[in-house]
Amino acid sequence: MVKTRIIPCLDVKDGRVVKGINFLNLIDAGDPVEQAKHYSENGADEICFLDISASLENRDTMVSVVENTANEVFIPLTVGGGISSIENIHALLKAGADKVSINSAAIKNPNIIREASDYFGNQCIVVAVDAKKSQNDWYVYSHGGTKKTDLLALKWIEKVQNLGAGEILLTSMDKDGTKSGFDNELLSKVSEFLKIPLIASGGVGSLDHFYDGVVKGKADALLAASVFHFNEISIKEVKKYLRERNINIRD
Amino acid sequence: MKKITIVDYGSGNVLSAQKSFVKIAKDNNIDVEVLISKKLSDVKDSTHIVLPGQGAFATCMNGLKKTDGLIDELCEFALIKKKPFLGICVGMQMLANMSEENGVHEGLGWIDGKIKLLPGDNLKLPHMGWNLVVPTISKYNNLISNKNDYYFVHSYYFDCSNKDNILAETKYGTNFASIVGKENIYGVQFHPEKSSSQGLNLLKGFIKV
Repeated sequence: MVKTRIIPCLDVKDGRVVKGINFLNLIDAGDPVEQAKHYSENGADEICFLDISASLENRDTMVSVVENTANEVFIPLTVGGGISSIENIHALLKAGADKVSINSAAIKNPNIIREASDYFGNQCIVVAVDAKKSQNDWYVYSHGGTKKTDLLALKWIEKVQNLGAGEILLTSMDKDGTKSGFDNELLSKVSEFLKIPLIASGGVGSLDHFYDGVVKGKADALLAASVFHFNEISIKEVKKYLRERNINIRD
Repeated sequence: MKKITIVDYGSGNVLSAQKSFVKIAKDNNIDVEVLISKKLSDVKDSTHIVLPGQGAFATCMNGLKKTDGLIDELCEFALIKKKPFLGICVGMQMLANMSEENGVHEGLGWIDGKIKLLPGDNLKLPHMGWNLVVPTISKYNNLISNKNDYYFVHSYYFDCSNKDNILAETKYGTNFASIVGKENIYGVQFHPEKSSSQGLNLLKGFIKV
């Protein structure tokens, strides 16, 4: 059967890797191509770039980052951040990205999911959802987690699945940066109805958190950033830990 | 010198396939030119052809038909001259007689079989991620000799009419053909260009055919 995927996520700003702690306080941590290559050689199953550049000009830098990465890295590459049109998607896929993740643009205009999925195939359309709990329900946030919407996360995910999303990248804003584990309650609720793969994101701080994300959260893939970037945990350690606990993992 | 043409008919990420072959050539000192092209003259002069494919079956077939004479030239290459041909993902599926994806659509019909939806009630689709590809016993082929993990993204599979055309199988709910082959024609359901070193090894095997 298909293996559980371990995905390091690199936040990229103006062509350089940075990492956000709770979406704020950025620290520069290197060259995206070198980092992607390093992760690929160390067992990453996919790479995710999240473009957090503020301006459109700097987003064009991302296309060349993707192109340079595709020369060196031969595992799937997902690119997200600020994607707002079919033209953006086309440029990134043409540059060598395998999937794009759409977030705020889908909230503004849900039809972009249908359009993109019809045009490029649903396998390359990931919908990223940033969710935060308030009053016993999870709400969707847009614009990198800065704007609360009135969308309920569970309803929204069901809707984007019906619109043709190929995969969901679900970040818990409550957990992100806390190193207290994934929001397995949220993940398992989504897993109950989801028919497309689910990537868990936000909160991982130790090896057992990865395990819980699979067993309790029922996620198909596990995404992490800072624990990998600051060498607190290596991808090899995660894979060994999960394999020893009978999770199906790629060698 | 070898010349590999990756057929360009408007399908998704073809750059990665080109870059994989360039990387293999560089690492192994193989003298090869790797083009992304839909020119009939390039198809004609090639030593190897790669047919990529992403998205819907019908969209891919229509993309091929859009360039006048392209399918005829590919037939000449693969069926008459019998030169090495590799279909990847939907490029593999197009080798079949027909597909049931969003209606019924005719394929190239080079390897007998039908493209069907992966069966299973609780199966997540697309089948996305790394999965084990197991070569079928007693069928020698140039692409793969040992079982290994490769990266898949698909919801439909190649149901081969002739089991002799199945070179490797993978399990996702059911066992399905992950590599098909018939003489000089190969098809892989997964993405070797996205399957790390084992994927590049498979493509190296194809260049050496």
